[in-house]
Amino acid sequence: MAKVLMIDYEKCTGCRLCEMVCSVYHEGVVNPELSRIKIVKWEWEGRYVPMACQQCTSAPCMAICPVKAVSRDENLGRVMVDSDLCIGCRMCVAVCPFGGAKFDSANKQIIKCDLCDGDPQCVRFCEVGAIQYVEAEEVTTVKQRAAAEKFSGLLQKVASAIAEVS
Amino acid sequence: MALNRKIAYIDLSTGKIEAKPIPLEVRKLYLGGRGLDMYLLYNHTKQGVDPLGPDNVLLVSAGILGGTLASASSRTHIAGKSPLTGFLGSSNMGGFFGPELRFAGFDHLVIKGKAEKPVYLWIHNGEIEIRDASHFWGMTIHDVQKAIRKELGDEDIKLAVIGPAGEHLVRFANVMTGLKDAAGRTGMGALFGSKNLKAIAARGTMSIKIEHPTEALEYDKRFITQITSSKVNQTQGKLGTPFIWGATNSWGGIRTRNFQLNQLEYADDVEPERIDEIAEETMGPYHMAGCFGCQVHCRAKYRIPSGPYAGEYDEGPEYTAQGAFAGEPGCHSANTILVCNHLVDMYGLDVLETGSIISWAMELYEKGILTGKDTDGLDLRFGSDEALMEMIRRITFREGLGDILAEGGLRAAEKIGKDSVKYLIHVKGLSNLHSDERATPALALGIATGSRGADHLRSRPAIDLYHLPEPVLRKVYSSPVPYDGPLSSDHREYIGKPWEVFWQELCYEGVDCLGICKYHTTFLGATLPNFEDWSKVLYYNTGLEMSPLDIWTVAERAYNIERLFNIREGLTRKDDWLPDRYFDESCQLGPVTGAKIDREKFTKMIDEYYEHHGWDENGVPRPETLQRLGIDQEPSHLL
Repeated sequence: MAKVLMIDYEKCTGCRLCEMVCSVYHEGVVNPELSRIKIVKWEWEGRYVPMACQQCTSAPCMAICPVKAVSRDENLGRVMVDSDLCIGCRMCVAVCPFGGAKFDSANKQIIKCDLCDGDPQCVRFCEVGAIQYVEAEEVTTVKQRAAAEKFSGLLQKVASAIAEVS
Repeated sequence: MALNRKIAYIDLSTGKIEAKPIPLEVRKLYLGGRGLDMYLLYNHTKQGVDPLGPDNVLLVSAGILGGTLASASSRTHIAGKSPLTGFLGSSNMGGFFGPELRFAGFDHLVIKGKAEKPVYLWIHNGEIEIRDASHFWGMTIHDVQKAIRKELGDEDIKLAVIGPAGEHLVRFANVMTGLKDAAGRTGMGALFGSKNLKAIAARGTMSIKIEHPTEALEYDKRFITQITSSKVNQTQGKLGTPFIWGATNSWGGIRTRNFQLNQLEYADDVEPERIDEIAEETMGPYHMAGCFGCQVHCRAKYRIPSGPYAGEYDEGPEYTAQGAFAGEPGCHSANTILVCNHLVDMYGLDVLETGSIISWAMELYEKGILTGKDTDGLDLRFGSDEALMEMIRRITFREGLGDILAEGGLRAAEKIGKDSVKYLIHVKGLSNLHSDERATPALALGIATGSRGADHLRSRPAIDLYHLPEPVLRKVYSSPVPYDGPLSSDHREYIGKPWEVFWQELCYEGVDCLGICKYHTTFLGATLPNFEDWSKVLYYNTGLEMSPLDIWTVAERAYNIERLFNIREGLTRKDDWLPDRYFDESCQLGPVTGAKIDREKFTKMIDEYYEHHGWDENGVPRPETLQRLGIDQEPSHLL
């Protein structure tokens, strides 16, 4: 099974370095508009969420593409757009539930995360680990562990509070 | 390319807007940010201009590396003649505004005149529009940013704004972006207010072309590793700048009770660890946030734990908030720090100046120079959290004593009279950071000579405190210009320190021209990048070929223009001096007890410092210095 981007938004510091390195890697320019990843912010609450293509197994963009320009690369577990076939109808943009596909109006093409051919730059530069590149199965294990830790931590707190009272 | 961003001249009196390219020759002379701003300031103001009049110029800029892969290329510089000091006004902020200004097509804004009614600038993809801001007047820093985003229908707009303090022309009002990023010093918010300018909104989708993308990416990766692997930045990333206050307080290097003492006792509740605890309790384990492209993430997110503002969200607080709202006023509550930090963030006041001036008033009250009659019954004693919070409000809205203090220390001292000025801790009319430099002559020299007044971010040789072996110090301070004079690892020494201050001045000028944060250079860590690395980063990102020495010379050129500006506004050697307390009263607490500055040795330090600069004994740049730097014909009106 291929690797996936695992996002832990709580760790994101909102610095948007991922947006910079993504656009430089793919386009040779700094331009958050051309980045395949975007940090969506609720600045006034201190909440920052990295959003990118989820590389769906049953991808709506692939299903809706009228010219079959969207395909799945099972090797890297990613969804790719063939720009030679793409007619720029933006149906993929319309159906994607995550905003993972974007229309680059300057170059008239669809851009989306391609996992940098297996070495995602966003992951490489994110020192806090808000975005990681892990085996798909591993995501669940990591999540289970984090949830269990939180849960057991709470239980311990309750237990010690009870002990203090009694 | 990264160098095609323009300069825009905006006349708010006539509504005329003109955009021009920035010639490459000018770039090579001043790079951008603070450097080019200094050139523009000297060229676009006349001697004796009224800082709050329409002829003063307001400069807003990004660094030449703003928004590029230079690690923390987030900075915005704001300049003009200071309404607080009458000398150089220059202030710098992080956040996301500078890069966005560049994505919108501009590097430098030269704002003149005065709008008839409140306005804001809307800058997007090469266009600049002056828009009505009457309905935003009176709004806080946070509210106005939300409101303008709503009006323009774009949540990704970045803003530089003023709050009520700037509108009321409080002479130490700041300019802010986001929750807490502030160009705080020298009253640039009052300059906005004097022009009826509430805000500048920027949003752009214009690409910044990176000249050598692969190299730029790889170098940035290396740069980041170098920066985040240093212990000091790892601590910054956990505790933010409060860790410095905590560490400094432990050896008696901070000021309390308006510089009567040098250590805050019973400080448990205001230690960095306590503030970190509150951030964790209110925002969870990952509560640090970062500026554009920065991996240091030095600011804490928090919610106020208790009291009338309980639950309100903000960011920070910094070292300065601990000094301003705990050390100097003699308060001992983390909650008070967080509330006051939130208040200045909403009102748009310089946190440092605010805490200093209120603490000064507290000492005047203690000494009977100010009485209950002057304070309208407010018990303005040291340690009163309530009085502190109330005075922040009164200063902002210019009520009673607040109206007098809003004029800044020197003007207020004139009004209050008696010997109130004796207790004012300032240089060139600007309050100093809440640190005590009596045990550290190098740091004392820095604040005495800083071009914008008493300040730690103009030239502080902080690594002087680390007692580094002399060869290590020499390695740092001998590049890119060889230095074979004396150096001392002992922070109590006077010898060799003027070179450190001179070197740091040019180092900080350098980052301010590039638009990088000072935590990414030789400030708190001796191993962090400087001239050598900047030369490479500049080349990979912009294609501009500048040697480390070239960048050093740019910094020297800009620093000399700052000096010329100050001299034109009346600065003399006596302004490069410390308040009497540094010489006459010694440290009373901690390991530094007994330390004070020696007048005679300090005078010699100033001489030596002038010599390094190529200035005469009065601190005036010698003709050959100006000639060497190519600024003997200024103002030259190239831009």
